[in-house]
Parts: sequence; C-alpha cells; structure tokens
Amino acid sequence: MTDLTRLTIAEARARLRAKDFTALELTDAYLGAIDAANGELNAYVKVTPDHAHKMAAQADENLAAGKAGDLEGIPLGIKDLFGTEGVHTQAASHILDKFEPRYESTVTANLWADGAVMLGKLNMDEFAMGSSNETSHYGPVKNPWRAQGSNVDLVPGGSSGGSASAVAAWLCAGATATDTGGSIRQPAAFTGTVGIKPTYGRCSRWGTVAFASSLDQAGPITRDVRDAAILLKSMASVDEKDTTSVNLPVPDYEAAIGQSIKGMRVGIPKEYRMDGMPEEIETLWQKGIAWLKDAGAEIVDISLPHTKYALPAYYIVAPAEASSNLARYDGVRYGLRVPGKDITDMYEQTRAAGFGREVKRRIMIGTYVLSAGYYDAYYLQAQKVRTQIKKDFEDVFSAGVDTILTPATPSAAFGIADQDMASDPVKMYLNDIFTVTVNMAGLPGIAVPAGLDSKGLPLGLQLIGRPFEEETLFRTAHVIEQAAGRFEPTKWW
Amino acid sequence: MSVDIATVRRVARLARIAVADDEAERMTGELNAILGFVEQLGEVDVTGVEPMTSVTPMDMKKRVDAVTDGGKPADIVANAPATDENFFLVPKVIE
Repeated sequence: MTDLTRLTIAEARARLRAKDFTALELTDAYLGAIDAANGELNAYVKVTPDHAHKMAAQADENLAAGKAGDLEGIPLGIKDLFGTEGVHTQAASHILDKFEPRYESTVTANLWADGAVMLGKLNMDEFAMGSSNETSHYGPVKNPWRAQGSNVDLVPGGSSGGSASAVAAWLCAGATATDTGGSIRQPAAFTGTVGIKPTYGRCSRWGTVAFASSLDQAGPITRDVRDAAILLKSMASVDEKDTTSVNLPVPDYEAAIGQSIKGMRVGIPKEYRMDGMPEEIETLWQKGIAWLKDAGAEIVDISLPHTKYALPAYYIVAPAEASSNLARYDGVRYGLRVPGKDITDMYEQTRAAGFGREVKRRIMIGTYVLSAGYYDAYYLQAQKVRTQIKKDFEDVFSAGVDTILTPATPSAAFGIADQDMASDPVKMYLNDIFTVTVNMAGLPGIAVPAGLDSKGLPLGLQLIGRPFEEETLFRTAHVIEQAAGRFEPTKWW
Repeated sequence: MSVDIATVRRVARLARIAVADDEAERMTGELNAILGFVEQLGEVDVTGVEPMTSVTPMDMKKRVDAVTDGGKPADIVANAPATDENFFLVPKVIE
C-alpha cells in the first residue's frame, strides 16, 4: 500500500470517496508519522489522537452514508492560535498555561462542519510574533529541509513554522495558519509549501487569539495550489460574530485552478528590487516573469513608491495593537498567575514570567508609541503612511494591473540560533520586507514554491491580488506551479 | 527620538511588566534599535493624508441590541487560576 501521508488533499478526497481506504486508516497513517517525527521536528505542541479517532470514525460513517462534506476525513493540523474547544490553545505562550477554551473558533468550526479531522495543535512563534518559530515557549521547530550535504538544522520560518514544517514533512494533509506581516507566506516559502493570506475580512477572526487586529488574517498552508484553494473555501465565511468579516459569498476557489491567464496584466514593482538582495532571488523572479509571459500574461513595470516604509510603519501599528490586545493577560481570568504583594505586583510578576522576550519587546514598543506625547509622532504618522501604502496599490490596480509578482522572501531558510538575527531584532524583522505591504493594505497574497537555491533549499514567489480576488491568485499560482514543479525535502528525520 | 533607562522603566510600569535592572538595560538598547529603524517614517510627506482607520471600505456591521449568549458562569471561570462560587479571585484591592 502506498504511503497515505504522501497524498494531497485532493487525492485523498477522491480515494476516500472511492473507498480505497478509510478515514481512520488515513488518520492513523498521520498519527504514526507524527509519532515518529515530532520528537525531532517539534512541529506539534499537542497531538490529539482521541479527537482524531472520533472525528475520523464519524467521517467514515458520513462517507458510507454518501453524506461526505468537502473535507470529509481529511486530517489537518491546527495552529495553536485558533481556539479549539476543550483542547490546548496557548498561542505557544507560557502565559496561557493550561488554557482550554470553552468555545471553537469560527475557522476551525467551519473545517469540522465540512468533515475535517483534527490531528493536533501546531507550534508557532509566541503570539505569532516572530519569523523563525524560535520565540515559542515550546522551543524551535525544525525545517524538514536541509542544505545539500549539510546536517545543520534550519528554521521553518514563522510565525506559522509548525504549520509549514508539518505540511512539508507529511505530518498533516494541510494546516491552518495566520498571517499578520508574512506569517503564512514566509514559512511557506522556507519549506517549499503553498500559503495564502486572503483579503482582510475573508476569514473570521472570531475565536482566534488576537495579535494585531487590523492586520491578522487566517489562511491555509498546503502542499500544492489546489489544496490551498480547497482549504480556503472551507475556512472562509461570513460571520456575524466578527464585525470585520465581509459580507460577500465565498467562491469555489478550486474552479479557478487550470483557468488560462492569457491577457492577464502582471505588475512587476521596481521597489522590490532591494539593495543587497541575493542574485538567486533576482534570477528566480525573472524565471517567474518568463513563465507567466509564456502562459500569455502581459508583463507591466509598475511602481509602489511607499514600499520601503511598510516595514517601519508595521513596527508601530502592529506592536501598538498588540500592546492593547495582550493587556488581557493579567493572571485573573485564565492562564498563568504569579503571586505578588498586591494586585499590581501580581499583574507585573505574571506578565514578566509569562511573556517571552520578543513579546515583551513588542508590548513595550506599542505602549511607548501610544503613550502621551508620542501618539502623533509615531502612531498617527504610521497610520497616515499606511493610507499611502494602500493608495500605491489602488493606483496600479486602477491602471489595469490584475496581479503583482514579487519574491516571497529576501533569502532561503537560515539556521536555528542564527547569530546575526539574534543580535539585532531589526535583522529578523527584514524577513517580512516583501510580505508586510500586503497586510498593511489588507490585500490577498499567495506564496508558491518556484525553485531551489544553489544549496538545494526552496525559494518562493509571491503574487498579490486585488481585494477579494483570491481566484486570480490561485489561477496564476497554478501556472507557476505547473512550470516550476513541486519540491519535496529528502527525509532525514 | 531615543529612550533612556528611566523611560524604559516608566513604559514597563505602564505595560505592567516587572523588569529587572539588567533587563531594563538590554531593553533600552533593543528599543532604540527599533525606534531608530522606524524614524525614517518622518521622511514621508503626509500633508492632507487621512490616517487609516479601516483597510476595507465598509460600514461597521451592527446587530440588534439583544442578549444572544450567556447563562454560563461555570464556562466563564473554567480557566481562571483562582475562583470561588463563579467569581474570579484577586488579591485584596480595598484596604
């Protein structure tokens, strides 16, 4: 029998319906793979075999009764940021110790309603703050990819590092993830997987631990473009419980796969050609341009003049919102409590012990930029710059550009405990230089694997779309996937 | 603009995070690196530009002002570190 964990979601879906194997068999194949690999990769912070078996048994009943949902029997990994009823939900933080919500997030509830099976909760940077999955209270995740001839452990990217590693290492058929500045697309690029951050408002944020509410969006990480379309269709919904959930029907994204891009106008922004960018990234970008041109797209040079200001504006807006969102962790209603000599001391000791270094740093920055006397200089200025960043995109879209092609990251995956990154927080932040503009403007963006670098590590390209035109991204990303092929790590774990 | 160690202590107090001496010193350097990085935003001419309040042009959804959930105090306090008869317990705040 073939290794069931190697099947894509689309393949597994077809074979479950053909009764080639059962949902329980598929689930057990994944649980076995997790058992064998997780000690090494640390992708899961909690495996839930009992839940998985119960959900798989129900899926088998539904399949037998001919009532299969869109994801019936498909085993998924869930980022630890999504509230899952009665199951470990800690945003990989110490301050949420033992937290098991009495509710289910809208995104995961949608997946279960479609018949998906939960394998467990996935590791991530603490509160989704990080680009390497090294800020997790549960320790770093390893990338299943290694450079050719090397046994040095690499980061899977972040913050959805557990999601990306688990998908690339065949420890789930697909995973949920979230993206505030690049947290879906950067780890997808580092692991040779596909990740899409949909338009702000497409997936409900209800029941998902908040980091920066005006930027956070959920999306899938999967092994190919079709699977990303299948998962996003289920995750996305119109939700009365989230006031920013947009009242638009969810299209059948999968139908966009295989459609022609003939005549599509693809913009190439000159500002994404950064100083000091490795030659390999430029070469990859040129290859992507050639593939889309070969498929009949029209390539247009464009300018997004405020690009360089997106990352500094982000590092005001996101920490400001985080400092407010994370005020709720005070040792009273949930999670960790460290006793103090009075209530203020209890708050201060709890938060000192419960938050990691990066989270504290961002809360401090956010508190500072919102404090009296600095609000106008920092926060208001950043929100004005954000208006300009969005206007850059609106201008090119109204000039007839359908999608924008850029590199996904400025480099391939780097080593765990990289000294350069550890010594300077800004160096780590630069990982998101190509992705963060998309969050600032609320647009959809997809990262798709496009090649390997000279060391044999995966590199990705990013496509940015107009609001709520995710179908254009799936269509175009599929063209890149067809031309580039798919990339899989060599199993060493 | 840059921060000194006294400002870091004041901000830590506002953020309700206890900070040890060596930590305050380290944070001062880190915060200044980040503030140095965001300084470049001052270059952008934003004359007449409205600050962004929403990325999607939409009216905020409103719902009927009615009770839609509730009656589950045991669920509300289920994850609290200290409770008594469905109340959260905190250190004494009134002398």
